[in-house]
Amino acid sequence: MPAPDASHSSAPDSVISARNLTKKYKDFVAVDGISFDIAPGESFGFLGPNGAGKSTTMRMIGAVSARTSGDLSVIGLDPDQYGPEIRSQLGVVPQEDNLDSELRVRENLIVYGRYFGLPHSYLGPKADELLEFAQLTEKAKARVDDLSGGMKRRLTIARALINNPRIMMLDEPTTWLDPQARHILWDRLFRLKEQGTTLVLTTHYMDEAEQLCDRLVVIDKGTIMAEGAPSALIKQYSTREVLELRFGSDRNADAALKLEGVADRIEVLPDRVLVYSDNGDAALQRAHDLGLKPITSLVRRSSLEDVFLRLTGRSLIE
Amino acid sequence: MTSTSLPEMLEDGPTQKALKGGVKPRRYGSWYVAEARLRTMRSYLQTMLATGIGTPVIYLYALGVGLATLVDSNMGSGANGGVTYLVFVAPALLCSAALTIATEEFSYPIMLGFKWNPTFFAMNAAPMTGGQIINGVTISVIVRLVAQSTVYFVFMLVFGAVPGPWGWLMIPVALLTGMALGAMLMAYATHLKEDKGQFNYIMRFGVIPLTLFSGTFFPLSVLPDWLHWIGWISPLWHGVELSRVLSYGYEEPVWLSFVHVTYLVLLTVVGWVLARRLAVTRLNR
Repeated sequence: MPAPDASHSSAPDSVISARNLTKKYKDFVAVDGISFDIAPGESFGFLGPNGAGKSTTMRMIGAVSARTSGDLSVIGLDPDQYGPEIRSQLGVVPQEDNLDSELRVRENLIVYGRYFGLPHSYLGPKADELLEFAQLTEKAKARVDDLSGGMKRRLTIARALINNPRIMMLDEPTTWLDPQARHILWDRLFRLKEQGTTLVLTTHYMDEAEQLCDRLVVIDKGTIMAEGAPSALIKQYSTREVLELRFGSDRNADAALKLEGVADRIEVLPDRVLVYSDNGDAALQRAHDLGLKPITSLVRRSSLEDVFLRLTGRSLIE
Repeated sequence: MTSTSLPEMLEDGPTQKALKGGVKPRRYGSWYVAEARLRTMRSYLQTMLATGIGTPVIYLYALGVGLATLVDSNMGSGANGGVTYLVFVAPALLCSAALTIATEEFSYPIMLGFKWNPTFFAMNAAPMTGGQIINGVTISVIVRLVAQSTVYFVFMLVFGAVPGPWGWLMIPVALLTGMALGAMLMAYATHLKEDKGQFNYIMRFGVIPLTLFSGTFFPLSVLPDWLHWIGWISPLWHGVELSRVLSYGYEEPVWLSFVHVTYLVLLTVVGWVLARRLAVTRLNR
């Protein structure tokens, strides 16, 4: 349901602007005519499952992948012509770490800074400052391969900051990280956001999107399904609360039939039934009144996962 | 509708800042990459020094002194164009050492940068372009080749293997010999998506036979006519023949020396241009 509205007309102050942006690989359409605007200082997310076209979009914005058609402007420039210029203003955190494992931790920052033409006199103190920010000061002389996954990610983020980027591009920043490492990372990203850095990130974790994004687009199969602030999207596409009921895998569907009318909307997943209602407890009471006896029941707030389920009929993480 | 923000951004500054930010990387990018590569090489400095000094000593002694006593006493120095076997074989050793290093530097390290530890993609996410990455890698290998060949040449002098005054010109010729094969290999490695033993194959059935049958340890004329094509296509043969001209005035027609240089330069340029193009394609996913 791509609905061009007021926000899709010209946005003169946007730092990134895309119109009908398309990328095809032979017969496969990875990104299918998407349009969006990102304002300076905004924290903007692409939420969608693996293979939705998020990373391709990120690479096009990052001026390392030529678009097939459509218009794209990054910091007022066309990536096809001004690749190095645009990239000089970006900090890129790719999905897979590509730190130089032949260099030590601090050296990775210095060497990367040289690619921007920055002088050694600037890079030395800057590297120390960023190591501090990334909580890696003690690891300055360590080998990259000896770092944990979370440390590598933080070093990659530190490396991306070496040129004081206007825009940070983060592709699945916390995938594969344990919960503690994720929270440290979120904290660091939140500080960047406070300092006014524009954040553009992709994720398939709804909690990450809720934590970090001012605004996001839900993307699936190369197209934008919805756009808005996380809370607005939840309000628009879901109820305030969700009642999760488990009856056992072979009885969920039968129970769901009986629950018709109890709530605004019912979704049957393989392992549970989701009952969408603004008042979860009341819905649970009505289920009990109908004589249903779930094995477990849980009332929770709606999340972006529910938005995605509503929009696509599928779960985010499959 | 396209963004109409360009003029406003120009006044505001961010676009201007981006345009400024692109100036130095566009101009000096190749050198930045070379600097990074040389820095990486530093971690192998000890190994490089050991092989850089050990190789000439071992080979010059084993072949130029050891094997030479056998060759010279059996054949007389006439068989090798009127010079001792040491003088005959030394230019070949110099050139094949350059070839070995070029093979080493333009195969696995290229695959490493594109695939196993994709630092080339990291450089490209910064302002570096595919062409600059190839240039930078090339420059750094040239530095190593010149250093290695110079060390080799000094040992040749020590062993008394360079009679003529133009012998030092063998250093650029050795460099060119390494680059001729190396640049082609670099293009291949840039294109190669996965190494299923191809490099090993190239080394065993390409580089080693070339080293043996390019007029290195014995003149090409010893081989039957129908095997001479190996020499003609081998950059090593062209490099070695030219080096002998420079080292001890080995006699060959001037046009042939011209062919040697042209062939080596041609291979280098073709490989380099190809590698640059393939790198841009590979990075632009």
